[in-house]
Amino acid sequence: MKIFFIFVFHLFLMKILVCISCVPDTTSKINFKENDTVFDDQGVQFVINPNDEFGLTRAIWFKEKLGASVDVLHVGQASADPTLRKALAIGADKAIRIDTPALDAFVVADQISNYLQDNPYDLIIAGRESIDYNGSMVPGLVGAKSDIAFVNTCVQLEIDGSTATATREMDGGMEILNVDLPLIIGSQKGLVEETDLRIPNMRGIMQARQKPLEVVSAVESQAKSAIQNFEKPVPKAAVKLIPADDIDQLIDLLQNEAKVL
Amino acid sequence: MSILLFAESQKGKLKKGSIELSSYGFVLAKQQNTTFKIVTVNCEDADQLANYGASKLINLKLSTKHFEAHAYATALAEIATKEDSKIILISSSADAKYMGGILAGKLQAGYVTNVVGLPVTNDPLTVKRSVFSNKAFANTTLDGAINIIGLSNNVHEEISQDSSTTVEQQDVQTTSKCTQTSLEQSEGKATIADADVVVSGGRGLKGPENWGLIEDLADVLGAATACSKPVSDMGWRPHSEHVGQTGKPVATNLYIAVGISGAIQHLAGVNASKIKVVINTDPEAPFFKAADYGIVGDAFEVLPKLTEKLKARA
Ligand SMILES: Cc1cc2nc3c(=O)[nH]c(=O)nc-3n(C[C@H](O)[C@H](O)[C@H](O)COP(=O)(O)OP(=O)(O)OC[C@H]3O[C@@H](n4cnc5c(N)ncnc54)[C@H](O)[C@@H]3O)c2cc1C
Ligand SMILES: Nc1ncnc2c1ncn2[C@@H]1O[C@H](COP(=O)(O)O)[C@@H](O)[C@H]1O
Repeated sequence: MKIFFIFVFHLFLMKILVCISCVPDTTSKINFKENDTVFDDQGVQFVINPNDEFGLTRAIWFKEKLGASVDVLHVGQASADPTLRKALAIGADKAIRIDTPALDAFVVADQISNYLQDNPYDLIIAGRESIDYNGSMVPGLVGAKSDIAFVNTCVQLEIDGSTATATREMDGGMEILNVDLPLIIGSQKGLVEETDLRIPNMRGIMQARQKPLEVVSAVESQAKSAIQNFEKPVPKAAVKLIPADDIDQLIDLLQNEAKVL
Repeated sequence: MSILLFAESQKGKLKKGSIELSSYGFVLAKQQNTTFKIVTVNCEDADQLANYGASKLINLKLSTKHFEAHAYATALAEIATKEDSKIILISSSADAKYMGGILAGKLQAGYVTNVVGLPVTNDPLTVKRSVFSNKAFANTTLDGAINIIGLSNNVHEEISQDSSTTVEQQDVQTTSKCTQTSLEQSEGKATIADADVVVSGGRGLKGPENWGLIEDLADVLGAATACSKPVSDMGWRPHSEHVGQTGKPVATNLYIAVGISGAIQHLAGVNASKIKVVINTDPEAPFFKAADYGIVGDAFEVLPKLTEKLKARA
């Protein structure tokens, strides 16, 4: 009887893990300190990486429509806990934080892969890229390290039993791929509509307080890259305004000054 | 030791960016005091790259016909090991970014993307890459035993070299993790990723029925079309045309923004473009601060005239 239940449980309840990167809100001014070696987080509001939020929203849709458990995972420090609580308030069941500074994509991927060894999931959702360091590296690394199929820039995802149908956006086109689970995707806009994104409500926020946020210790891992310092782009020269009735001048400038025609 | 460069092709033809990447590879190899080799996959015109200074051109015949990230990564990892490559160069295309992480994982290699030029220092290998959606750069040292550099679009000039490049064919058996069941690809149309010019429309165009104005201008310029986020959210244009921080990045020679206000998230995604032209009725639109050339005017009057004049010139 017990075995039967475990079997049924496993058959119907898909386990989903959403990897969350905490990033400065898109309106943030980007500044550095300590001789331009450290990102200055003063006054910066951190949010769930937008690409991860699309993925999380799809995960919650699976939970509601197909039955699934949704865990969220972050590799980083306690400063990210409020962001993880927000993911819980939106509808995730459990949050896990692997407690170590996210030095680079390798360290992050090592931690995630290691966690997956003891805690297997059917579907792992990460973002196409995080909008802070724009690495676009973590999901592919996790796929390779854990030997799991990976589909990037995923704009549609359907699950049927143990297989997934994923639509990948590429330069100038789309392809539809059939993949056996487990699968890791790099999610992005399109996976769900903008209007499907959820804002935590009071009930969700209250519930989130009761939900588990597990802090797990990290395994040994070596970064393979290190940021030496940051630079800001050089300020632009002022715009050249051209009268609306002098299109010839614009064409001339584009051709002879900017040399782009 | 050597440098290995992956030159992409599509339907058997080299992609445009492979020339820029090869030119970069040559200079990098010189700086690193080593040779470089180019790998192509299922490419019919690989010999076009014989004049960019590579010591060898390896054309892999893969059993998977179309691009498949896992199969390509497996094949490249094998070649890199065989050729004792310490640096691997790839582009920033959607395919390259898809494959890059898998390749780095397989080789346990250091990896950085969005690199905007030649190394800042060669020993240790430090490269400048774009971060925070073009709002900053990070000088990043790579210290893997093997390192992968993902080069941004449009950051290095194309220079050919007299070279004695040998061409070699290799058959590779690969297995895929994903099965492609359908492929939709625009034929002959410029894409946002590799077009020299992108013409982009915002909410100022009032409705999808007016997009002919954007398309006509794009047509005379051989440009790709793009749009701001609300335009795709409202369904005026497909999501695949949405550019900006949460959409596609644009790093083109010329970006023409029509009826787009220039919100911070939009600018973040298109600022890497060399020349930006803004057409907007509002002289206070923030985009003018980020633009090189601007016309304060009505898109419905300016666009037809601009298209007409460019047509006459062509
Ligand atoms: C988390 C987050 C992420 C975002 N990511 C992105 C992103 O990736 N990309 C993006 O684009 N936006 C993004 N946005 C949205 C962004 O903040 C702006 O809302 C959006 O870019 C505005 O689009 P728009 O310029 O088309 O529209 P509007 O801001 O409404 O601007 C329309 C412009 O058209 C001009 N205009 C009106 N009529 C005419 C005419 N006849 N001729 C010429 N000009 C005319 C107006 O003067 C105005 O400047 C994001 C927002 C958030 C919160
Ligand atoms: N510190 C982190 N913890 C958990 N997931 C992360 C972390 N950093 C990145 N990711 C995931 O990997 C995706 C791509 O990130 P990146 O490779 O940094 O561009 C993000 O969208 C997240 O889903």
